[in-house]
Amino acid sequence: MATTYFTEDHEWLRVEGDVATVGITDYAQEQLGDIVFVEIPQVGKGLIKGDTAVVVESVKAASDVYAPADGEVTEANETLGSDPALVNSAATGDGWLWKMKLSDKSQLDGLMDEAAYKAHIG
Amino acid sequence: MAGDEVRHLPLEDLHIQAGARFGAFAGWHMPLTYPAGVMKEHLHTRDHAGLFDISHMKLFEVRGKDAVALLDKACPLQADALAISQSKYTLLLNEAAGIIDDLIVTRLGDDRFMVVANAGNASEDEAHLRKLAGGLAVTIDPLDRVFLALQGPDAWAALSRAGIETGSLLFMHGIEPRENWFMTRSGYTGEDGFEVGLPEMDARELVTRLLDDDRVGWVGLAARDSLRLEAGLCLHGNDIKPEINPVDAGLMWAIPKEIRASGKFVGANALQAVLARGPLQKRVGLKAEGRQPVRAGAALVDAEGKAAGHVTSGGFGPSTGFPVAMGYVAAPLASNGTQIFADVRGAKVPLTVHSLPFIPHRYRKG
Repeated sequence: MATTYFTEDHEWLRVEGDVATVGITDYAQEQLGDIVFVEIPQVGKGLIKGDTAVVVESVKAASDVYAPADGEVTEANETLGSDPALVNSAATGDGWLWKMKLSDKSQLDGLMDEAAYKAHIG
Repeated sequence: MAGDEVRHLPLEDLHIQAGARFGAFAGWHMPLTYPAGVMKEHLHTRDHAGLFDISHMKLFEVRGKDAVALLDKACPLQADALAISQSKYTLLLNEAAGIIDDLIVTRLGDDRFMVVANAGNASEDEAHLRKLAGGLAVTIDPLDRVFLALQGPDAWAALSRAGIETGSLLFMHGIEPRENWFMTRSGYTGEDGFEVGLPEMDARELVTRLLDDDRVGWVGLAARDSLRLEAGLCLHGNDIKPEINPVDAGLMWAIPKEIRASGKFVGANALQAVLARGPLQKRVGLKAEGRQPVRAGAALVDAEGKAAGHVTSGGFGPSTGFPVAMGYVAAPLASNGTQIFADVRGAKVPLTVHSLPFIPHRYRKG
């Protein structure tokens, strides 16, 4: 069964086994506005928690999305190349950004569940 | 900017009511987007009519028997050659011919002009004008007005429905339709449209009447920026600044030929020297080949990887459908079609030098 976690940087992780699917929250996409380009990571790329994993470009500005945990990119959402607006319309669904194999699942312990995240954004 | 205090628009409550998202710009707390979002607001302006609160910009009335003399000194302008109600895009230059600000000057009477200045430069402009006005019979009067822009193909019809007759006003002309009102047919989007300076109470009434029209919607600063960028219009502080002269900026069209060689305006000598030497760099449009936007500050390199210039404004063009940018490149690289590259986070993004504007202007000239 998948468990969903949230970060203070407005990302969500859906974890199944040791693979996490990562995206930005609905709150985050609303803040960014219309997204026109997503720079997705290379499959195989090693990420350290806090690294810039993805750059999301809205009409006005570029925003970094950070790796929420250590691991290796196993898949990137290629659909965003032709349809970056999916991040707006389906931030927590088809607008996912990348999947990664987690190397240290204990890093998930410090993350929020949905209720805590909702309280965080107020 | 005077002090660190953030300034608030007189109509801020209306923007809050409309669901605006705010951000800081030039010392002002400004509506950046409304719930429709930058993309829809941008396209709505091109298709219908966008309503912008631009009260951060400053109106100055310049009047007195030496008003012409002051403006001709401060700007590379022949103020006396303007017909009454004619507007002119002009520049405030420093001694080195650098651009202190870009302005629109409208002649209201023989000895009376309206000057529209940028928000971030207004206090500096005022001080500069006052210094130059020493010994002249001229009054510089900063006006307390709400300033609204209505831009887009339906702007004229929407104003008319709201009871504002624009009469035979054409592009780059301005009038005073009512007491303490000032209205020009101009704007910052490349579309037909109007800018109206008026007292707050009148503005509230006008906004209500305009928003009652389905063709009119609020548009924030984010779309104002993408609209002006597609229209190839400069943003002072980004594309032009005190270190840039009008030759490099490609703004010599704003300077009457008669005074280029013989003008008495501040910066005339330096400008002549630049003209004699020719530009070292030129402001150009830049079209990205892919979908990745390039932003202000990105370095440009030529095909061999040599430094070629930098980007001064950049983003995605909702109407062009591709990323658009403006920047300065070394003069030999400035011809349309030249391929150069922007450094974006270490990757080389291919760009083509593109003529400006990206979207044809649709001004109502006659």
